[in-house]
Amino acid sequence: MKHFSDLISAIEITNKTNAKIDALLDYLTIAPNSDKLWLITLFTGKRPPRPVKTTLMRQWCMEITGYPEWLFLESYSSVGDLGETIALMLPDPTHQIEKSLTDWMNELLALKPKSDAVKKEYVLHAWSGLEMQERLIFNKLIGGSFRIGVSKKTLVNALSKYSGIDANQLMHSIIGNWDINSISFEDLLNGEHINYDNSKPYPFCLAYALEKELPDLGTPHQWQVEYKWDGIRGQIVKRNGEIFIWSRGEELVTSQFPELIASMESFKEDFVIDGEILALKDNAVLLFNDLQKRLNRKNVSKKMLEEIPVGFYGYDLLEWNGEDIRSKPLSYRRQLLEVLLKSNLNDDNIVISEIIEFNAWRELDAVRNSAREFNSEGLMLKQKNSPYHTGRKKGDWWKWKVDPLTIDAVMIYAQKGSGRRSSKYTDYTFAVKKDDGLVTVAKAYSGLTDVEITEISRFVNKNAIEKFGPVRTVKPELVFEIAFEGIALSNRHKSGVALRFPRILRWRRDKTVAEIDTIEQVKLLITNPN
Amino acid sequence: MKLVKFTKKGIYCIPGKFYLDPWLPVDYAIISHGHADHARSGMKYYLCQTDSKAILKHRLGANIHIESLNYNQPKMINGVQVSFFPAGHVIGSAQIRLEYKGFVVVFTGDYKVKNDYLTVPFEPIKCHEFITESTFGLPIYNWLPEAQLQQQMQDWVIKNQSHNRTSVFLGYSLGKAQRIMKMMEHVDQIYVHSAIHNLNNAIEGSGISLPKTELLTYDFKKEALQNKIVIMPPGLLGSKLLKKVPNAATAICSGWMQIRGNRRWQAVDAGFAVSDHADWNGLLAAVKATEAEKVYVTHGSQATFSKYLNEIGIPSAEVKTEYGTEEEEKEVATEKPVSS
Repeated sequence: MKHFSDLISAIEITNKTNAKIDALLDYLTIAPNSDKLWLITLFTGKRPPRPVKTTLMRQWCMEITGYPEWLFLESYSSVGDLGETIALMLPDPTHQIEKSLTDWMNELLALKPKSDAVKKEYVLHAWSGLEMQERLIFNKLIGGSFRIGVSKKTLVNALSKYSGIDANQLMHSIIGNWDINSISFEDLLNGEHINYDNSKPYPFCLAYALEKELPDLGTPHQWQVEYKWDGIRGQIVKRNGEIFIWSRGEELVTSQFPELIASMESFKEDFVIDGEILALKDNAVLLFNDLQKRLNRKNVSKKMLEEIPVGFYGYDLLEWNGEDIRSKPLSYRRQLLEVLLKSNLNDDNIVISEIIEFNAWRELDAVRNSAREFNSEGLMLKQKNSPYHTGRKKGDWWKWKVDPLTIDAVMIYAQKGSGRRSSKYTDYTFAVKKDDGLVTVAKAYSGLTDVEITEISRFVNKNAIEKFGPVRTVKPELVFEIAFEGIALSNRHKSGVALRFPRILRWRRDKTVAEIDTIEQVKLLITNPN
Repeated sequence: MKLVKFTKKGIYCIPGKFYLDPWLPVDYAIISHGHADHARSGMKYYLCQTDSKAILKHRLGANIHIESLNYNQPKMINGVQVSFFPAGHVIGSAQIRLEYKGFVVVFTGDYKVKNDYLTVPFEPIKCHEFITESTFGLPIYNWLPEAQLQQQMQDWVIKNQSHNRTSVFLGYSLGKAQRIMKMMEHVDQIYVHSAIHNLNNAIEGSGISLPKTELLTYDFKKEALQNKIVIMPPGLLGSKLLKKVPNAATAICSGWMQIRGNRRWQAVDAGFAVSDHADWNGLLAAVKATEAEKVYVTHGSQATFSKYLNEIGIPSAEVKTEYGTEEEEKEVATEKPVSS
């Protein structure tokens, strides 16, 4: 596992994509093919189920070291990662184990059904036979994520450099359905499995935030403008009578939306449509907050289906009766999409995304400004002659979101982050005024510079009330402007409101806690309470 | 017996009428070592270990009133016997031992129990009361043996050279820099930043020999530096000077680098857990060796370490001090202990 361990060390230290690709390339050059398959498996989130529970690992570590639980937890909150905490705490190894990544993974797979006693013996033997870094990797192999910032794209680029195969094609191959036990590394890279795979989605074409003035985009008639929706971006794949729904996270979510499947079954053609899964009621789009109640349920109850019906807004057509049409211009694809969706009028929950007609750029300002009234997050601008790109490509597709809503709030809790952020207090909870006191309205993790985070960490260290545990209550003193995309009434939150995508816009050093917003002011931002 | 008390100005010896590493101006200050959070300006008289004298004068001014003692060379002050014992932290660092009517208190300042083959190694002393630091007082901090660490760092330099890269180590000027110099001695030519160079001169002025280094001037020749070793204070991370170093591969050297999250916090190429402080097992071993009946825990993980000592049957209390920030904050944010 030495090579794999070196790879992880090399990747985790750098934030440069090229350095990561070089490290991956080094690994691909020396590792056996079976290990490479495991590398792809682990780095694309296809990892097998966890064979050993974290609670057991924690308990064994405490048994070996003799440390009390509070001390273990204190260490854990400093490190921010359980596998790493255990690896750091354990005593020096007494023997040396050298096994390939494949051997480790196969042994861990075989361990899953075994008794706790057998698991314990196995894990303890491994712990005492590995150096710190290898021990950490072993713990990571058991569960958890590596959190080292290797995206599928980075991995695919490295594989492409290594094999000479086109990156898009590789992306296709590795996100498709395959099983590590029934495919070889070469076959996977050559895409032997994807031709007969009815389900394969395409990599999503993503847009950048608009960064120029509208007139600089050219003439209006070259552009297709639609509303941008805040749901779940998805692809509906229909091939040979089978229907699959993929989310943008390249996750199969078919079973979560039975009404979409029911509507799609009446379509005769085969196709792949890109669009947005939305909560739709009486032809209106509900808030993401509502859609969220439908997500990640094993079984969707009848009541749920009635309360929060789900629909699909079609954006684009990627495949038509078996033909990949992504390289054709958008105008062509849109035409076919219209034919497809408008000819199937059985159900009103599969809808084509409306095109906003306009003649001059300046007309769009008002359209965008009113977007929030229909729970839209802004506009999408797409060049009519653009192909359906793989991933994010600048120039052809732009998102032009409505300006976020903002409030001024005070920080009341701080917590250390995880991964790269575990050394600082990076996760904050904010409050606004309610009567004579404060009420929590949002948690936010992003928006500050490293320098600001360091300064705030110092403030937290000096002003924290607790000495132990991961959360620090701080004096309500630091005021921040919090931006968010939407707001809805909520029974689950003490404040009575739920904010969508809250983040820190800026640190208001010029404001005191006396100047923050009240909860009543915050509630005024709700445009269409249900 | 109450020989010392913890005051707003620092640790005060009651019968001796002097302070140990005070953070506010006092008449008589006994200084454990030359880091800025322990040796501050504004004291009327200073007493320190012999090897620290030049460092203090270099940092606090040539005209301070200062006296020094060798290790284990006692001096009576108002009936209190004061002596210095090696703390192994940086050159000239000392534990301060106070004895009054047979009662002994030891204040560690900062210390490291592992031998770094540069500073005089830490020496455990029996005492009644022990005042210890706790910078790395969590069981996740355990250092590699010096030889293994040195091997890793040398391997890194050699790997960099094979990729045609110049190795830059970031470590604070007093202590870490000299230690890196020692670890890199004979590997290749070492260039040091002027802050380190000046301190090296002060140290060598008191008769201690250090590995040979070159001064990194602001108008250095890129060709001369290529593939060599450079040592800079951590505050220069992101500086123009660092950017001028040809094909630099940068490594931070600090105990905090033990944690992956800390290594990844800064955009550097490597992080080595080189620390001048005792690790968890070092702290425990040091405390146990004193056989003290009471242990006071200062800066670092004082709440955690003190609680743990009490649980394993060593009576202990935490003490709030102003140590553990200045040197590191002054020179670099990365060195700052953020876990309290």
